[in-house]
Amino acid sequence: MKEGRPRSFYVLAIFFAAYTLFLYGPMIAIYVLSFQGPQGGLTFPMNGVSTFWIAKLFQGTGIVDLGAAFRRSLLLGIIVMIVTVVLSVAAGMAFRRKFKAQGILFYSAIASLIVPSIITSLGISLEFRIIDDLIKGTFNENFETSMGLLTSGLGAHLTWTLPFGLLIMFAIFNRFDPRLEEAARDLGATPWQAFRHVVLPIILPSVIGIGLFGFTLSWDELARSSQAIGAVNTLPLDLQGLTTTVTNPDIYALGTVISAVSFTVIALALGTIHMLNKRQAAKGSDAGKGLV
Amino acid sequence: MDTSEDILQQVSPDLVRGSETARRSKAARLSPSFISWLQAGPMMLVFLAFFLIPLVFVVIVSFWDYNEYQLLPAFSGRGYTDTFEGCIAQLPDLCTIAKTYLKTLKLCFLVWVITLFIGFWVAYFLAFHVKSKTWQMGLSLLCTIPFWTSNVIRMIAWIPLLGRNGLVNSGLVKTGLINHPVEWLLFSEFSVVLALVHLFTFFMVVPIFNSMVRIDKSLIEAAYDAGATGFQTLVNVIIPLAKPGIVIGSIFVITIVMGDFITIGVMGGQQIAAAGKIIETRVNALQFPAAAANAVILLVITFLIITMMSRIVDIKKEL
Repeated sequence: MKEGRPRSFYVLAIFFAAYTLFLYGPMIAIYVLSFQGPQGGLTFPMNGVSTFWIAKLFQGTGIVDLGAAFRRSLLLGIIVMIVTVVLSVAAGMAFRRKFKAQGILFYSAIASLIVPSIITSLGISLEFRIIDDLIKGTFNENFETSMGLLTSGLGAHLTWTLPFGLLIMFAIFNRFDPRLEEAARDLGATPWQAFRHVVLPIILPSVIGIGLFGFTLSWDELARSSQAIGAVNTLPLDLQGLTTTVTNPDIYALGTVISAVSFTVIALALGTIHMLNKRQAAKGSDAGKGLV
Repeated sequence: MDTSEDILQQVSPDLVRGSETARRSKAARLSPSFISWLQAGPMMLVFLAFFLIPLVFVVIVSFWDYNEYQLLPAFSGRGYTDTFEGCIAQLPDLCTIAKTYLKTLKLCFLVWVITLFIGFWVAYFLAFHVKSKTWQMGLSLLCTIPFWTSNVIRMIAWIPLLGRNGLVNSGLVKTGLINHPVEWLLFSEFSVVLALVHLFTFFMVVPIFNSMVRIDKSLIEAAYDAGATGFQTLVNVIIPLAKPGIVIGSIFVITIVMGDFITIGVMGGQQIAAAGKIIETRVNALQFPAAAANAVILLVITFLIITMMSRIVDIKKEL
């Protein structure tokens, strides 16, 4: 290769830096603005520095019942994460063999990813309305609704997180060496043992990635929640509601709190992935151990 | 019976006993196709219950009748006729729905061109100029993290910058470039396109980067050795080989923008009509068949765009 860097490197490096600034600049602006003084407004310059607006959120005297929406979003996010991990890993395993309906499942996942969210969301809400009407008509006159956080809401979020989970599983098994599993089988491992002791430890870092996607996509999900979640609101829905009436920096404070949760989850997941990779590198190699 | 097993039995009884148990446990084991069903079934059920059946309901309900407060399950084309009301009478002027779709397509096209340009060069930089794997991973992560955070927050983040008294306006006034703040920065088509680019360039960067890292570097060296200029290498080697990523990224960006109603709502100050917003407005007015009819129209248009694009490249092969 040639020595030194071509001029295009510097041009593109500046372009990349500008893109990064474009990505992060505005976000950083609102994190800073959420620490406005009590008299501060929606824009710069800062009018003092305080945690007034963040404290106001937690007092519950502000615009939304932050606590309740926060707990709902957290609960839904965790359930979505668990279900996404389990179903994606299982389906990913299935795709390593040929099976009937393989094509249908694959195209359903892709379609679910690219059909506009508002359509999926509307469809789920229509489906549950029709189910409600059926229940009202046949069983119980006073039945309210079967729509809710953990019925229609959970389903709506899964149509968004599962395709990502499945695609990540494809990426994992593209790089997976099946000889490792054969070796386990030759040593007498049952399929479950081979999965538990050979496959799972190797794919675990990426499985945590799936969990990370599951949680954060659900935690921030808006378009699919909008029609499909029923009477209750998640945190992003409350936040969106605020954007039309925004006059105080408390909306930024709420944004900062939501982002803080996202960033904590991202950091935890990446930290765990890093730790697992290091452990795998250390334990996975028998270099220097001799014959034991 | 003088099978090989009997001979083995005499030579080494242990071995055959082993194979005997192996055979028995194999019989007790589940058949592979049953296991596949068990593994893939749950995900299939979720898509069936929350994606495929709802889509069918959207199509069915789009042909139902309705009044002010409820759905009437009887065949009717009212959802569609209400949508296209006055379209023929107004000719040659465009009716509201046609204008709205043209506006949506225009926004979509602008966002597509800009995200493609940014996404291509960001991916190019990461794939070809960043040599160290650690840096490559770190920098791609840097581009990915905002995708994992809330879209609404990233939208409202533009308010303190673009507002009437925002950073951009006050900066421009201070430097004397303009006398008084400009109004078109926020709650305009400009801010909508800006926010959409900000939110969704990620969907271009990732697939294009994935195609680019798979390009064999020796092909580029071969082009260089054969005397190709940098531009010729780009047009004749890199772009054709990165095409799958470009098409997949384009499909993502186009379908997201076509169906978007949140960004267009928030950043357009709820003033800009778009395909997704029509559906939302109809739902809020409890006119479900009309909402469903619009969803079907949007679905057909999206489907046409995807079919057109997937002619260029086989998506399944590229994953």
